[in-house]
Amino acid sequence: MQDSKSVGVVIPQFVQIDKPLQLKSGLSLDSYHLVYETYGQLNAAYSNAVLICHALSGNHHVAGVYAENEKSIGWWDNMVGPGKPIDTNRFFVIGVNNPGGCHGSTGPASVDPHTGKHYGAGFPVVTVEDWVEAQAQLAEHLGIEQFAAVVGGSLGGMQAMQWTLDYPEKVRHALVIAAAPKLTAQNIAFNDVARQAIMTDQEFYGGNFYAYDTLPRRGLRLARMLGHITYLSDDSMAAKFGRSLRNGELSFGFDVEFEIESYLRYQGDKFADLFDANSYLLMTKALDYFDPAAAYNGDLSAAFRVAKANFLVISFTSDWRFSPERSREIVKALLNNELNVSYAEITSSYGHDSFLMTTPYYHQLVRAYMDNISI
Amino acid sequence: MTDTTVPSTIALRPDFAAIAAWIHPGAKILDLGCGDGSLLRYLRDTRNVFGYGVEIDDDNLLSCFRNGINVIHNDLEAGLSSFASDSFDFVILSQTLQAVRHTEGIIQEILRVGKEGIISFPNFGYWKNRVQVISGRMPVPETLPYNWYDTPNIHLCTLDDFEALCQQCNARILERSVMNNHYRPVNFLPNLRGMLAFYRFESKG
Repeated sequence: MQDSKSVGVVIPQFVQIDKPLQLKSGLSLDSYHLVYETYGQLNAAYSNAVLICHALSGNHHVAGVYAENEKSIGWWDNMVGPGKPIDTNRFFVIGVNNPGGCHGSTGPASVDPHTGKHYGAGFPVVTVEDWVEAQAQLAEHLGIEQFAAVVGGSLGGMQAMQWTLDYPEKVRHALVIAAAPKLTAQNIAFNDVARQAIMTDQEFYGGNFYAYDTLPRRGLRLARMLGHITYLSDDSMAAKFGRSLRNGELSFGFDVEFEIESYLRYQGDKFADLFDANSYLLMTKALDYFDPAAAYNGDLSAAFRVAKANFLVISFTSDWRFSPERSREIVKALLNNELNVSYAEITSSYGHDSFLMTTPYYHQLVRAYMDNISI
Repeated sequence: MTDTTVPSTIALRPDFAAIAAWIHPGAKILDLGCGDGSLLRYLRDTRNVFGYGVEIDDDNLLSCFRNGINVIHNDLEAGLSSFASDSFDFVILSQTLQAVRHTEGIIQEILRVGKEGIISFPNFGYWKNRVQVISGRMPVPETLPYNWYDTPNIHLCTLDDFEALCQQCNARILERSVMNNHYRPVNFLPNLRGMLAFYRFESKG
């Protein structure tokens, strides 16, 4: 059944960028391509463009559905569409897959034109700053000189923040949702356990598993299971699964007994089939490296001195991985720079994943904020 | 566009004008317990101020968003640690003082964060309240339309009480304005005849 508020059938687009992407690591990509999608119409003044930045395992498919698969609904379809909080009747919305990803943009599974082989482990480490640069190239390709808003949750929120630092003139509004100004040691620790799970899988082959026609499925599955736990809350897991048993009684063995085990293994398996292991390593590293205050002796207010955008910062009460306290650090830095900022802490039991949920109050807030953006 | 029309409460709040009269154009404002943001919006539109509201209630926060003002979701009782010292020209606490638990603490925070503070509150010494107390019942004045058992207002005071607290908090009162129930100024016997009180004050340093 077609959702009347869906953008409908969408087709990914492709752009080849032959200008080198200078990376923060010092390396560069001589040329690369990006896959992206757009929803709504760019107005005559080119003033209604909204960029959606994806999170860790995300991609360019933000809204709508692919013709060949009716289950292929975009990851933020509840937020983006005609009449939805980010209203495509008003805004021209762009979703883009970042370099290093595995859903069409140049990444580790792409063929390196210099060698004729997969980049694999040779794909350079990419950062949030590098992604913003690639997205800026896409904006140039589309003729967009300034975004009405740059929007993102989690790692996407970090990109939205970085946009306001690297291109202060090109962002009117930044929506920074369930994000943090940098990861805590605990967060980096989780990421490294995930990476170790992948890198110690015998079928990882130092990142060159493509050449062996295999996948480090077990490692990727473990990484995703761990990640998944941290994105939920204890309450949401208790409410959804509790201690329910799969077969009604204990079997005193190590097979799946509890529903939560079954769920996590299913999620892990599904992810291992869809996501590239090298991309997962790169994305978690980008998270770890993000720290705009680092260049200012840890002074986040100093980092935001260049920013000009208006900000909306949103956090969720049950998000223990990117807690409300972390969002308040961002808000404080913005206040110190006398920037326009609104902050909402939303009561939700879904943990970090709250930003993807259709919580009515959350959507009302985003809608109210977006409605006040002049185009 | 959606159903985001917010009914303007400005017509219902003549006290806004009293606060606005003390605020110079272009000032930087912090409005504590800003409700639906009408006061900030009014000050923005009439005094060209830049500022932020602070609000804890979800519905009010949403109204602030719809009113297009900057609002920070924050519990006043937890202090104002997000805000740097001396970072505002005026910190306003409009008809919220009586609902604050840590009254002294919030006044200290206003003195820390703002160059000047503006506080308005319903005067409990107002003659109608006194009459109700004498008659043996807790007052339910028009400015505080709650019964004693369901009121959010826990710290009611008179003009004299507030001025004594300012003294205790090392706050110097710069200006006072008192209104009667017709929102007209009261100069004679203000603690008896005044329904609403407005104070502008600063730290004695």
